[in-house]
Amino acid sequence: MSANTTKPAPGRTGPVPGAPLLEVDDLFVEFRTRDGVAKVLNGVSYRVEAGETLAVLGESGSGKSVTAQTIMGILDMPPGVITGGEIRFHGENLLRASTNRRREVRGSGIAMIFQDALSALNPVFTVGFQIEEQLRVRRGMSRKDARKRAIELLDLVKIPNPKGRVRQYPHEFSGGMRQRAMIAMSLALDPEMLIADEPTTALDVTVQAQIMDLLKEIQVERHMGLILITHDLGVVAEVADRIAVMYAGRIVEQSDAISLYRRPGHPYTQALLDSLPRLDLKGTELNTIKGLPPSLINIPSGCPFHPRCPRVQDVCKTEVPAQHRPAPGRLSACHFAEELLSGE
Amino acid sequence: MGRYVLRRLLQLVPVFIGTTFLIYWLVWSLPGDRFAGKCGERPCEPAYIAKMTEKFNLDDPLIVQYGKYMLNLLQGDFGITSKEVSVGELIANAYPNTLRLAVVALLIEAVIGLAAGILTGLRGRGFLDNLVLVSTLFLISLPVFVTGFVLQIVLGFELHWIKTTVSASPAPWGHLIAPGFVLGSLSMAYVTRLTRTSIAENKRADFVRTAVAKGLPQRRVVGVHLLRNSAIPVVTFLGTDLGALMGGAIVTEGIFDIKGIGNLVYDGILGKDGAAVTGVVTLLVIVYLISNLLVDLLYAVLDPRIRYD
Repeated sequence: MSANTTKPAPGRTGPVPGAPLLEVDDLFVEFRTRDGVAKVLNGVSYRVEAGETLAVLGESGSGKSVTAQTIMGILDMPPGVITGGEIRFHGENLLRASTNRRREVRGSGIAMIFQDALSALNPVFTVGFQIEEQLRVRRGMSRKDARKRAIELLDLVKIPNPKGRVRQYPHEFSGGMRQRAMIAMSLALDPEMLIADEPTTALDVTVQAQIMDLLKEIQVERHMGLILITHDLGVVAEVADRIAVMYAGRIVEQSDAISLYRRPGHPYTQALLDSLPRLDLKGTELNTIKGLPPSLINIPSGCPFHPRCPRVQDVCKTEVPAQHRPAPGRLSACHFAEELLSGE
Repeated sequence: MGRYVLRRLLQLVPVFIGTTFLIYWLVWSLPGDRFAGKCGERPCEPAYIAKMTEKFNLDDPLIVQYGKYMLNLLQGDFGITSKEVSVGELIANAYPNTLRLAVVALLIEAVIGLAAGILTGLRGRGFLDNLVLVSTLFLISLPVFVTGFVLQIVLGFELHWIKTTVSASPAPWGHLIAPGFVLGSLSMAYVTRLTRTSIAENKRADFVRTAVAKGLPQRRVVGVHLLRNSAIPVVTFLGTDLGALMGGAIVTEGIFDIKGIGNLVYDGILGKDGAAVTGVVTLLVIVYLISNLLVDLLYAVLDPRIRYD
């Protein structure tokens, strides 16, 4: 979609040398339900390089998790249907890859951490077993070696007493420890790319910070690509290199983190930033984004954000704004991005 | 765990005493002359009456009778029937037949029920699912004696595929397949539905998604992660059902004339033979209590979230 993505030669399968680590290219996904067709993803594109952290921001239902699930190949199909686009890992289109190849990539190429570690871990197996089974099944390790490695991994994610903990069940862990165990599990096969789907949402604020620090530390150490899906702008500021903001299944803005915080290039991003509680505005009412997220079965005409946009003009109601570059290194899908950025 | 087992064992004691006393009381305080019809057309000889009264402690209050009976029972003595046959011997002859029948029934319900449940649970809506739902509902709606007589008439009298009665003792395994199916049919339908629901529910569970995301082969995702979790309610049901199968065999044993304990109880009740009835029913109570205890312990093994202390 953008000029500098490397497209593999047509018909080619397998990794392409020099290609970016992960590229999502013009991805379309629909949910075909009894109530109609929900257009969940409408041309999502982003890329992540090794060692880079991309934060994907957006309200519930904006399509951030669906994108991640499509990358992992764990989208529920049906009702989900991929209607267009490519997902390239090292230049290889995963959507065209065989079932076996996709399975190979899971865990060792791209691994994923889920929001609620309690339900994401199997309640009837020990934490150790759940880490070890990947090593035994995928790497052919012996039980003993796998156990040793599992203990190392638990130690790596700073779980105290890993030797004892490895034998415990998920329900015997606290929320923060569970998420650490989940991270340890995702690292078992040394993935090049990690997708963290709201990894801290279910946790206490203090624990949130610890988990984010841990993720960041591991990512830097292992030079992994990291996609951090969140709706928490506070989390993003500290760890993200780049930010993609999603709305109604589209990426409405993409930019490096610092520039985006300094001056958003889309009214939706602006509204998200404005809705953060601020100490200097204590006592005043918190800003909210008026209206509800759009129905994906019936997406508004023109710019999907226009019914809620404070800067709405007539053109927004009829014309879908193209994603363009209002400034170097920035992408926005707003008719008035240039004006926003120039500080008008 | 050890304390839990001990506590459960202690809990069994009042349940055991309560149920057996109830049975004893029901059986031995039946109204009417106890000795009517026991000695053919004539009234019983005073000598026989005196002997039996002494044997069953009939002059004592009921609670003392029960106490003496239990003391003997705990030493393995089930007493004698009014025809002076050892009840223990009767049970020893009949029990293997009932046990075999129950095992066949349990196997049939476990194998067919689990297979049908897993298949429909995994596949979801479709022809097979509808077929299984309709046929299980059919089995659930039919009383066991109807299923029994229909199979006996169709497979036995019409097609001659099975023996209509299994009078031999010990009953050959092969002859017990049709009766076993009859006995297990209702539970088989429940097992199918339970498994189907459990699988369908867990199929979309987060931990199954995690297992896929870990790059495990589909076989392992289903065989280890999905089945293990879905098995918990099914195993519980199968375990408690073993006890129910033994007690529920009365009808099936009657239809197919299997010389099991169902038969024994039936004859005992008709002949107002208290000793036979209490003996067999007490044994059933014990089997039921033990199988329930085992299920509870197994439950802890299957689901570590159950804490026992």
